Formats: sequence, C-alpha cells, structure tokens
Amino acid sequence: MLDIRNLSARVEGNDILRQLTLSIRPGEVHAIMGPNGAGKSTLGNVLAGRPGYEVTGGEVLFQGKDLLAMEIEERAREGVFLAFQYPVEIPGVSNMEFLKAAVDARRRHRGESELSSFDFMKLARDAAKRVSLDQAFLKRGVNEGFSGGEKKRNEIMQMMLLEPSLCILDETDSGLDIDALQVVAAGVNAMRDGQRSFIVVTHYQRLLDYIVPDHVHVLAVGRIARSGGKELALELEAKGYSWLEDEGV
Amino acid sequence: MNELPEAAFQQQVLQLAQGQDVPDWLNSLRLAGAREWREAAWPGRRTELWKYTPLAALRKRQFQQACGTLPVWPRDLPLQVDAIRLVFVNGVFDAAASSPAHAAVVRFSAADAQQQALIARHLGHVATTTRHLFASLSNALVADGVLVHVAKDQALDKPVHIVHVAVPQAEPVVVSPRVLVVMESHAQLELIEQFVSDSQVQNSFVNSLTEIHCGAGAQLRHYRVNLEQEQLLHVGGVHVDLWRDAHYRGFTLAEGSVLKRIDYQINHQAAGASAVLDGIYLPRNQQLLDYHTNVEHKAPHCTTRETFRGIVADEARAVFNGRIHIHPQAQKTLAELNNRTLLTSDRAEIDTKPELEIYADDVKCAHGATVSQLDTTAQFYLRSRGLSETQARSMLSFGFINELLQGIEQPAVREHLHAHLQRLFAESLPVTVTAP
Repeated sequence: MLDIRNLSARVEGNDILRQLTLSIRPGEVHAIMGPNGAGKSTLGNVLAGRPGYEVTGGEVLFQGKDLLAMEIEERAREGVFLAFQYPVEIPGVSNMEFLKAAVDARRRHRGESELSSFDFMKLARDAAKRVSLDQAFLKRGVNEGFSGGEKKRNEIMQMMLLEPSLCILDETDSGLDIDALQVVAAGVNAMRDGQRSFIVVTHYQRLLDYIVPDHVHVLAVGRIARSGGKELALELEAKGYSWLEDEGV
Repeated sequence: MNELPEAAFQQQVLQLAQGQDVPDWLNSLRLAGAREWREAAWPGRRTELWKYTPLAALRKRQFQQACGTLPVWPRDLPLQVDAIRLVFVNGVFDAAASSPAHAAVVRFSAADAQQQALIARHLGHVATTTRHLFASLSNALVADGVLVHVAKDQALDKPVHIVHVAVPQAEPVVVSPRVLVVMESHAQLELIEQFVSDSQVQNSFVNSLTEIHCGAGAQLRHYRVNLEQEQLLHVGGVHVDLWRDAHYRGFTLAEGSVLKRIDYQINHQAAGASAVLDGIYLPRNQQLLDYHTNVEHKAPHCTTRETFRGIVADEARAVFNGRIHIHPQAQKTLAELNNRTLLTSDRAEIDTKPELEIYADDVKCAHGATVSQLDTTAQFYLRSRGLSETQARSMLSFGFINELLQGIEQPAVREHLHAHLQRLFAESLPVTVTAP
C-alpha cells in the first residue's frame, strides 16, 4: 500500500523528518506516536502534499506510484485521505456542494459517472447519521461555526464518502470528549475492511483503546525510534517519552 | 483617437441636446442641467471624488446623437422574471420585448398632464449634482424616461423590471437612461434594474440616473445589476430620498468594464427611515469599477447598514468609497459600513476608503474594511479532497460573496445571479501564484 523510504522533509527551513522509513501493507492500522515536535503531523501533511512542506530526500510509493510527484488533488483522487488536525472553516461554501464536488472528482477519476443530486443526498444523509451529525450541517458552510467535535466528525464523514485506500488521521482525537471519540472511532472501525490502510497519528494512548492498531511506531527527531505491537502504546502511556533521551535517540 | 480637451468634450456632449425631440415641460430641467454641466470644472486627479478613476476613456470617443430607431439585437433576456417589464436598447424602447402597458409604469413621452406634473415635481429634485456631476449631464440630455408611481397604501402585484441593453453602433452614442420612482406613503414596490450588453465590443457611453422618492412608511426593494462588458463606458447614479419611517432595501452588483462608476446617494430626510444596501463588485481583466456611496443622515432615529464585497482579478482595479454623513440633528443614528475585498491576483488593486463624518454626539457608528487574498490553507483543504486548483479557487471566491447573494429576497434575481456567477468564476478565474 505505502512505502516510505528515507523520507526527509523541511518546514520553514527546519529539518523535521530525517530519513524516515515505514512500510504499510493493505488492511493494516499503524499508530504513530511521539512527543511534540517529533514530526508526527509533518508526516501526514507531506503525504497529502501540503504547500510549505518541502521534501529534501527519499521517496514515497503509494500503490506502486510515485506519490510525491503527484499534485495535491491527484493524491486525493488516487485514494489518499488526510483527516486534518485543524479542519478549515470556509464560510459561504456549503458543505453539501463541497462534498459533492469531492465525491464527483473521486468518481470521475475512477471512471465512474457523477452522482445525481438525489443519490448524493441519500449518501450524504446516511454518512451524516453514521457520525451522529445533524443533517442541518450538510447545508451550512464548510465547518462554519462547527464545534471541535463536529469538525472532526465532519472529517470522518468525508472519509466515508470518499472511500480512500489510505486514511491518515492527524490527531483526530485532540479536543474530543469521550462520546465524540467513540463516534469517531466507530466510524473508522466500520471502514476497516481488510484492504483499507490507516495511519493514526496521536499523542495519547486513549484513542488506541478504540481503534486498535496492528503496529505502533514511536517517532522522535524525525525518524522512527521504535516499533512494536499495540502493547507498545501502553508502555509509552506508563513511561512517557523521556526514556527516548535516555536511550540517546 | 486622441483624447478631446476637457472643455471641448463637455461642449461636444452638450451639443447632442440640439438634435433631441423633447416635450416642452422638460425644458427647464434641461437648461439648468446644461448650465451646470458647462460651468462645472472637469474632474481630474486632484478632484477627490474622481481621484482613482480617470475619465480619459470618455474623451477618446466622439459621440453622436443616437438615431432613435430600434437597433437589432438578439432579444434573449438573461433574467426571466414575472414582472412589469420595460426593455430599452441603446435607450430606444422595445415595445415587443416589453410587457403590456401598466397604469403604474409610464414613459415620460406618454405621460398625461397629471403624470407630467408629478414628474416635473420630483425629477431632478431627488438627485443632487454636488457629488454627482454626471447627474447634470443627465438633466441636460433628458428626453424620455420611466416613471414608476405607486399610490398611497398600494403595492404592485408584480415587480417592475427595467432592462437596458447595449449594442454596438456604427458611431459611439450617449445613452441617458432615466428612471423616476415616486412612492406615496406606505406604498410598496420591488424594482429590478438590469444593464446588459450583447457582446464585449461596445462603444456607447451609458449615463444612467435613477431617482427614488419614498414617502412616509414606503418600502422599496431595489435590485440593480450592471453586467455590461469590457468596452462599455458606464457612469450611473441612484439617488434616494427616504421620508418618515420609509425603508429602502438595495442590492447592487456590477462587473467591470473600461470605465464603470456607480454612485449611490441615500438621504434620510425624516425620522425613523432605514436603509440596507448590499453591493458586490467583480472587475477582472484590465477593467475598472468604482463604487461611491454617500448616506446623508439628516434626521434622528434613522439606520443604515451597508455591506460591500468585491473580488478583483487579473490586472483589474476597484474603488470603493463609502461616506456616511451624520448631521448635528441626527441623534440616535445607527450606521454600519463594512467593505471586504478579495484580490485573486498579485496585480489586482483596490482603493477602499470608508468616510465617517459625525456631527451628532448620541449615535452608534461602525465601519470596517479588509483586503485579503485567497486563503492558501482553505485551498489546500479543498484540493486535499480531490478538487482541482481552479475548482477550489472558484469555490472560495464564490463563498466570499455568497452570503450577500443568499440575502437577495427576490428568488428569480437570486437564482439568476447565482448561476451567472458560478459560470463566471468557473470560466474566468485565472490561476496565479499569490504569496502564502
């Protein structure tokens, strides 16, 4: 699914990722943890193609294709989805219109026809229900006046509608109360189908109680310092991250 | 052709009055207008009201008197609305494209004695020429026009829709569309004024003037849409007198052209009057579009809410000057002026200036102006969901003005503009690199 080899990246002149290597097979859930400033969010943003994130070395193959050579929208249409840590508010642009444009773009790319407004409405209403978002949110401006939890649920709803192959969740749990966290996790779990892969970036172990990962990686100073199974997350929760320094990473 | 010297231009345009066929009862207004126009100093760079809007384009054309016969035009009206409709093509009335005559709407040339008296009483009296020089030219050249008269306590069952179509002529012509709205006390009306052109190649100069008298408690919804393109020169003005508790709700939208200048002059003449004015300006290419608004609060307890949004693309230039003048007697005034502009290219330009002059001490007044570029984070967000860069930019531009569009109460106007603008943004928004 995804092969990251020796990826180095820079943001505003600072080297953040340093020769990061990571391989994700179809159907796997990988959790990326680590202290603040380790480069967790940078990884997601580089994979999605965010402007200002400069790749200085390495390569990324997504389903065998050179991901870094693609435009932002091409990556999305190919099936990469980044759930934003801070979803953007866009007043004046209706959520519905935006979602339809996104779904149509993905469908066209797959050689499918665009959905009729009626069929799309049905699909969108159903997705909204699954993340417990009131349908009124579909008609409002994109994330306009949404609470933190509503924004994150809107992200998961978009993920459901776009049916990506690789989902990157960038600190989706931050700022969520336990109810919202469970809704988000249930949405993600429902999408685990043995083929779709996930990168779950999080600062806390809590989320991983609900989205159980196959692999856990600790990111420190721009590279993977340690990898393990889901028990590694519990160990981190108990020990914190200070041991990284002790081990001289 | 080179520019005519200023005085020669003023003189040349006035000569057009010679060839007009005009009813006698309009003569005194014409003479007064001609005198004012002749004696006025030509506005130049040092004239505050015209500082950012050079009139050189006007002096490059040698204008002729319009011939008075109906030009050929495609006859496809871009806005379909069930209304009392009057269509003018280069100022010539097109009866076939218009709806059957209605008692409340009459052309000056067909006015009876009573209506003539009504016109004479109000025409040229709502408009003030001190801040709108071209109103005197309109007075000097007035020959025909439209009177909309709504009697006391009456409401028309349909909106009045006045369409001005510009088509290119062999020789450049001056067109002076003139509208007079007289609303008696507690009258209600919906008025749609629409200016369109059949192609980008145009050579006329449209000097439009609309005067509105809202008697006590009268309520007017007024939509004015200027979609003429590129080569057309347009200087237009709307002057509104609001009497006790009258309410004016205005919406104006304009695309740019070689020269387009639109003035709104709203006068709160008596206590309790209120005005809401929303405006959208959308110049692109190398167009120029200038909005000047001036609200005179001459009485207490009046309110004004003015919101203008603009998107300036390519190498276009926009000017927005919003003045609110609160006279000493206008206590308890509530006034709010807001202007936001989006520049979608590095070479687009806006000159924006809110002007508040407050001479009363117990008032609430607020104004604000912002200039921004398309939000790069929002663009990334949309593209990360698969939208193309063009689609993302067009959607964000549309979002910037959508709030004002959604505020249009008239469904036909709202839907027409919605569709028109979505098309416009999808077609024309260039992809230019802007600094993050």
